[in-house]
Amino acid sequence: MASLQSLDITARSGQTTPAPSVRESTQVAKLIDESKCIGCKACQVACMNWNDLRDTVGENVGVYDNPQDLSPNTWTLMRFFEVETEPNKLEWLIRKDGCMHCEDPGCLKACPSPGAIIKYSNGIVDFVSENCIGCGYCVTGCPFDVPRISKKDNKAYKCTLCSDRVSVGQAPACAKVCPTGAINFGTKEDMVAYGEKRAGELKERGFKEAGLYNPQGVGGTHVMYVLKHADKPELEGLPKYPEVSPVVSLWKGIAKPIASAFMGLAVLGGFIHYVTVGPKEVEDDENEKSKEEA
Amino acid sequence: MTIQRYNPEERANHWIVALAFILAALSGLALFHPSFFFFSNLFGGGAWTRILHPFIGLIMFFFFMFTVAWYWRDNIVNDNDRRWMKKLRDVIANRDHGLPEVGKYNAGQKYLFWTLVTCMALLILSGIVMWRPYFAELFPILLTRIAVVVHALAAFVLIMGIIVHIYAAIWVKGSIRAMTRGTVSEAWARHHHPGWYRKVTGK
Repeated sequence: MASLQSLDITARSGQTTPAPSVRESTQVAKLIDESKCIGCKACQVACMNWNDLRDTVGENVGVYDNPQDLSPNTWTLMRFFEVETEPNKLEWLIRKDGCMHCEDPGCLKACPSPGAIIKYSNGIVDFVSENCIGCGYCVTGCPFDVPRISKKDNKAYKCTLCSDRVSVGQAPACAKVCPTGAINFGTKEDMVAYGEKRAGELKERGFKEAGLYNPQGVGGTHVMYVLKHADKPELEGLPKYPEVSPVVSLWKGIAKPIASAFMGLAVLGGFIHYVTVGPKEVEDDENEKSKEEA
Repeated sequence: MTIQRYNPEERANHWIVALAFILAALSGLALFHPSFFFFSNLFGGGAWTRILHPFIGLIMFFFFMFTVAWYWRDNIVNDNDRRWMKKLRDVIANRDHGLPEVGKYNAGQKYLFWTLVTCMALLILSGIVMWRPYFAELFPILLTRIAVVVHALAAFVLIMGIIVHIYAAIWVKGSIRAMTRGTVSEAWARHHHPGWYRKVTGK
């Protein structure tokens, strides 16, 4: 997506000082209510349509998932889960997978290329593909296994939350087409309130553990779920306590300035040693030479 | 009078490794800290830096293997070296009299050698795990996460080691010619590497 369509960028990869952040816009969010989802894949089609993406035709492997995984050409994907939540009680859970648009995005933290990943002040995390160098660090940073590197151009791709549509006041393509209203889009505040209301209704209808999935380990997300079994998000392949891997935080956090400082100090230390203690010279070398010459 | 310390093959090999190291370090630092990203301009931009870095690393590793094959025997740490290390403070202060006898390499050089061997091994292994687009997809994401950190750490230690190595060559006068011309003065050899001096001259 274009990097200049909006001035309201609050975070930018490969930058160590804060981006201009005085102006604030309303936080947006997408809410996916799995209890209303019928697995029709209209969202997948709308995503392909709006973003001009065509994945290769896959193979049937005995489940409804098609394609079988997210890819550079599939930014959102219906995943189907047959689970026994209680003995002899089969449930068919359907989850629309894709980028969660974390408030604290691990991809952005890991990315070394200035401006290849940005976060708008409305919360949308976007890949600016022309700045992508194809290193795949975003893959290591993402707690949800979302970014995919294209074999065609070695650049990373994922859901943009239709940042182009949102910037002109439109809802994302998937939310626009969802026939059952399972995908909602609005301000983060409204979506949290609506999600909690829906979770409450589900609880009344017997889903005791229903709840809103808005994980705080990544600062909350701008794509949230209403889950029927919020106590067990693993049932649908969602991490229970997602966070940017501590290994990645160490690598792209404290290690960066400390290692750089030590390398600089080592060079400085050598210089200071040379001008204070001085070089090691073998004195009799010169004497020997002058003896020979004489 | 001069003594041959490194033959032409050894010198050529050293400088291939050195050149590859400098290029690998600059391109690697570009991807490590945003402050160093401007180094990517030397390689034709960010994407080219990402493409070239692993191949440069591979060249460095390949030629470093000759170094290992040629010098590992001379770098086995012995009791003399342990005594030498205890007097490191004297060495740094240029008080060289009364140091335990040094062979072809002193203890500092030996420990540096094994540090480099360890770092090179860690770099090649972790480098393959994170190498896109060829190998990274073959490994689970958790492993690539560990690999990036191991790679950064090993590279940091390697760069620190090479800073020490370069400074030592500047500090100990008469050393650089061993790698540029191949020879050292007798006095240099007698003073810094008496054990080696006796061995090669028979004096």
